[in-house]
Amino acid sequence: MQELSIRLPQIPDIAPLEPFDADLLRAMYRQMVLIRQFELKVNELFLQGIMPGTIHLSLGQEASVVGACMALEADDVITLTHRGHGQALAKGLSADSLMAELFGKETGCCRGKGGSLHVGDMSVGALPALAIVGASSPIAAGMAFAFKRQETGQVALNFFGEGTVNKGDWHEALNLASVWKLPVVFLCENNLYGVSTHISEVMAIEYVAERASSYGMPGSTIYGNDPIIVFQTVMAAAQRARSGGGPTLIECLTYRRGGHKRDDPGAYRPREEVEAWFKTDPIPAFRARLLKDERFSPSALDVLEEAVTATIDAAVDFALASDTPALTAALEFVYAD
Amino acid sequence: MLTDRTAPAQSSNRELTIVQALREAVREEMRRDEQVFVLGEDIRIGGSFLFTLGLLDEFGPERVLNTPISEAGFVGLAIGAAVQGMRPIIDFQYGDFIFTAFDQIIQQCAKLRYMSGGQVSIPLVFQLPTGASGRGAQHANSVETIFFGIPGLKIVTPATPYDAKGLFKSAVRDNNPVLFCVHKHLYGSKGRQLAKSSISRGHVPETEYLIPLGKGDIKKRGSEITVVANGQMLHRSLNVAEALESEGLSAEVVDPRCLVPFDTELVIDSVVRTSRIVIVEEGNERGGWGAQLAAEIANRAIGYLDAPVLRVASPNVPIPFSPVLESAVIPGESRIRSAILELMDQ
Repeated sequence: MQELSIRLPQIPDIAPLEPFDADLLRAMYRQMVLIRQFELKVNELFLQGIMPGTIHLSLGQEASVVGACMALEADDVITLTHRGHGQALAKGLSADSLMAELFGKETGCCRGKGGSLHVGDMSVGALPALAIVGASSPIAAGMAFAFKRQETGQVALNFFGEGTVNKGDWHEALNLASVWKLPVVFLCENNLYGVSTHISEVMAIEYVAERASSYGMPGSTIYGNDPIIVFQTVMAAAQRARSGGGPTLIECLTYRRGGHKRDDPGAYRPREEVEAWFKTDPIPAFRARLLKDERFSPSALDVLEEAVTATIDAAVDFALASDTPALTAALEFVYAD
Repeated sequence: MLTDRTAPAQSSNRELTIVQALREAVREEMRRDEQVFVLGEDIRIGGSFLFTLGLLDEFGPERVLNTPISEAGFVGLAIGAAVQGMRPIIDFQYGDFIFTAFDQIIQQCAKLRYMSGGQVSIPLVFQLPTGASGRGAQHANSVETIFFGIPGLKIVTPATPYDAKGLFKSAVRDNNPVLFCVHKHLYGSKGRQLAKSSISRGHVPETEYLIPLGKGDIKKRGSEITVVANGQMLHRSLNVAEALESEGLSAEVVDPRCLVPFDTELVIDSVVRTSRIVIVEEGNERGGWGAQLAAEIANRAIGYLDAPVLRVASPNVPIPFSPVLESAVIPGESRIRSAILELMDQ
């Protein structure tokens, strides 16, 4: 047995917020809080036995998905993972339709046919999630292929975890995207664990982004708990893609605050690693950072947080009050006309 | 640059092979719709069965894409392009190479529309040479059978040039993934064996036509027994039926043309008239489409039958190389004949 190499967070210097628009910073914080509150509520509903199915929470990874999605245009398209609630909300899915989908209701973003593992809404540029690890990478490249061929100027962003990077589909996608210079950003949320398996057990190099060079594309490893760093890195990659420069691989180092899924306490993780990463929780860190900027006050952020709470409560009410699908819906949408 | 030198001069009674008919179909569809493009391995030089011969000259490398040997990658890529409104056609060298892209097809392509509550559609054609052709077990799969049970896919198995062209054009215009499975002995590509029957080459009109997916065709009228067969087995069954006709037995030969959707009504109507049925397919017997059809017949037409439903298929073994063994495993005309005569005795 190989020794696990504990990966402690390496927190880079905090960049000043002054150059950034206050609305952008507020929206970033709001989206991160929205995802956090949404998932805490989902966890609570699940523990109460009210919510069906299975859930994979992304608590702790909010900065990566929010920073990435805010760097995209509204009509850019993302692909989501099995851990996709945060990605969906970050791209602009309504909390109502997302919550309703988790309850399997007709008003859900996928009419209750997808569930937690397949959330998405094409109207906001979120291809319903593909829950098989690696499968979305060539599909993201294919959407980018269409954007390039149709000259729409759109970009595709492929979210995946570090557990994906040993799958053939992923490698095939990076190769094709690079050979055909497709406008796609491959974004790895590296939370160090594929279910219980530490990355050092299954990958012989230290960083995922090192693999970019073998496909002739730029790659970078960044601290994924800082939404500003993620935002800037994805912005540059998206601009490069839009201008015909081809794909980029970005690795965001982050950490799950929970286990792989709701019934997994994550006990396989070394205490030292857990404690160090838990101190880097992106939401309090970003709040503290905002409050060092005179454009933000504690009371204003409190109001923002309370408004998010109201949004989540309304989403739960909406989902619970919504109808379940008619049983005939089981036979619909197998084929298109 | 290679061009299609085998294309015959245009004339009103011209006869084409399937590959010639398909090349014409893909050209027409690419001219008609800018969103149609073709990708696959070695298609610059025509691909394995010369399906893409000459396409590069007319449409250029932007629409005729040579891929790496990377089936999961380019199938996934085609899915993504289709989601965004393009109409990809994937040319597989051999249908047998599709299995490394199984997840992309079964888990993504076939389900994404359903899982998303109808938010996306995936118009995508897989051009798949299928069946055994003297190359051993890994180049001999009846691809159509393996995907038969997967909801969300359509499956076409044309057996004549006329059908191939009309069905292919419909497949390209269909808003769903379509597996277009042509037996390797039916293309008529240069240097390839062509199954011999009265319909393996045939008239293809110069004026445009479409054949809807899911509509079967009676290839030979008859009154005493129904033989349902597709692909190469259609030709073998037709040869047998034509020989039996001269011996005084009237067999009807029904070509379903598509496995999904399947024209069950056409078969039921035929069985009601003949009261006997033999179902012939090349794939392994277990789990074949013929089993589903037999169940449908039992369910809906058993009262019309004068004899049990009989299936002719390959035994449940991989396809062996040795030519004598391959011939022994794949249903041949003598097995089909014996099956028909066996039923007529009952």
